[in-house]
Amino acid sequence: MSEHEYTPTSKAGKWFNDRLPLLTLANHLTDYPTPKNLNYWWTFGGILTFCLITQIVTGLTLAMHYIAHADMAFESVEHIMRDVNYGWLIRYIHANGASMFFLAVYIHIFRSLFYGSYKSPREIIWIIGIIIYLLMMAAAFMGYVLPWGQMSFWGATVITNLFSAIPLVGEGIVTWLWGGYSVDNPTLTRFFTLHYLIPFLILGLVVLHIWALHVPGNNNPVGIDIKKPSKDTVPFHPYIVIKDGFALLMFMIVFAFFVFYAPNILGHADNYIEANPLVTPAHIVPEWYLLPFYAILRSVPDKLLGVVAMLSAILILAVLPWLDTSKIRSAVFRPLYKQFYWILVADVLILGYMGAMPAEGLYLLIARVATAYYFLHFLVILPVLGLKERTIPLPLSITEPVLGGSPNMAMAKKKESKIE
Amino acid sequence: MSDKKPERRDFLFTASYAVGAVGVAAVVWPLVDQMNPDASVKALASTEVDVSSLKPGNTITVLWRGKPVFIRRRTQEEIAEARSVKMEDLIHPEKDEDRAKNPEWLVMLGVCTHLGCVPLNDKGDYDGWFCPCHGSHYDTSGRIRKGPAPWNMEVPKYEFVNAKTIKIG
Repeated sequence: MSEHEYTPTSKAGKWFNDRLPLLTLANHLTDYPTPKNLNYWWTFGGILTFCLITQIVTGLTLAMHYIAHADMAFESVEHIMRDVNYGWLIRYIHANGASMFFLAVYIHIFRSLFYGSYKSPREIIWIIGIIIYLLMMAAAFMGYVLPWGQMSFWGATVITNLFSAIPLVGEGIVTWLWGGYSVDNPTLTRFFTLHYLIPFLILGLVVLHIWALHVPGNNNPVGIDIKKPSKDTVPFHPYIVIKDGFALLMFMIVFAFFVFYAPNILGHADNYIEANPLVTPAHIVPEWYLLPFYAILRSVPDKLLGVVAMLSAILILAVLPWLDTSKIRSAVFRPLYKQFYWILVADVLILGYMGAMPAEGLYLLIARVATAYYFLHFLVILPVLGLKERTIPLPLSITEPVLGGSPNMAMAKKKESKIE
Repeated sequence: MSDKKPERRDFLFTASYAVGAVGVAAVVWPLVDQMNPDASVKALASTEVDVSSLKPGNTITVLWRGKPVFIRRRTQEEIAEARSVKMEDLIHPEKDEDRAKNPEWLVMLGVCTHLGCVPLNDKGDYDGWFCPCHGSHYDTSGRIRKGPAPWNMEVPKYEFVNAKTIKIG
């Protein structure tokens, strides 16, 4: 964004920067102009970076003690918990860190949905984000298999069997994924390898995500382009750094609560029983962050179509910039969209709850209605709404509402304060 | 581009790309195929099971190729029930006579054909098996009757080595 030339003050700095312009990059990152009206929903990008680094650091240290073998994996995790110095702490941070990561990513995604951050010219940022989200799900799933408990084993069995729904080649693909005729040692060792690899892929994609962000700059709660950088923006450092830092501290309090006071509340007791290929636990449920998609899978009575519906529910997000026909970004100026937005939030929460309940009777019926509504929202409501909705006039600049210039803005401000 | 006549150089490019693609494929294949079942996994081909202690109505579960296999000695009522079902009532039509050559003995993979859980014995609406994961009901012949599973539970290759022993695989 900042187009001005940067010259390091020291001679050594200039010498180095002429050969590798790292200092120019650092200067760009600190001076990066940020809309001055960003609210706390914008702090989750920084929080997510923290989550990724936490997972990588705790993961690396766990890997020094973990043994990826079907006969020893379960025991080595117990060894980490009981014998390794601070092993319990590192493992609890890693296990709950996955949940915290997803909590933050869901807030981050729904922030984008509310303020239309996925719209032109930010489609590529959004699509990279969806790829990161998919990789996160893959990493979380494979990580959950590593302790080789009952939920690990049967979760792996059920999820890999999803591929058997593919006509003709499905069974062959599942055998290939397993490296055998059931989930067994070859499956565990390759899952460990991939679980180790994916975070670094995510790290690379995060760099691209931020790079793509720094081309058009941040969206903002008003959702209009920056008109005068000198008036509408503040430099990233120190303004956003301090704000992100404060939000991160608040987030770490929640994180610490789970790690120190309820480390197993988000897990399943069955996973403290070693994997047994002869007995399936009575209720197989994925981790909470995958429940909405699990509910969609189960609400379709056909095996192949269920898998297709579940995958479509995620992939539909990638084409969202083209499904939403409205040019107005922020829901603050879209009175109808705002209502449908909150219905979607409720719908996803309902799906999540249904995913944890047995798939029968009333639960199944509600899950089916909620699944239908989920697709209705993206495939019908969003395209039509963009063409039909009467939106509230946009302010001239993002500074205008701050200065209280226009009557429209008074309204927008009032609504915004409600959201915050 | 379209009105340009292909030159010798275009031919060279195309030929180079083609050779390169074959080379890449030849290198990628071993990297992909190493994930398929290895020789030691394939070698665990068969298991022999002593079934002399089973009474009618009993089921044992044995492990074969890492998967559970149900061996059930069926009662006369169960056999009658399995054989009286009309083919048009079945999701995956198979005659009980073809699934259990010796009607008293039903041998099949104890793996739900939906997503691979182990169904529970003597449960469900059809007096056979019930899968707790996503609610598939199987009858006394292990055939899918209700729920999301697409096929009947698979009957592996097996034989009676003598009156007491079944060899699976």
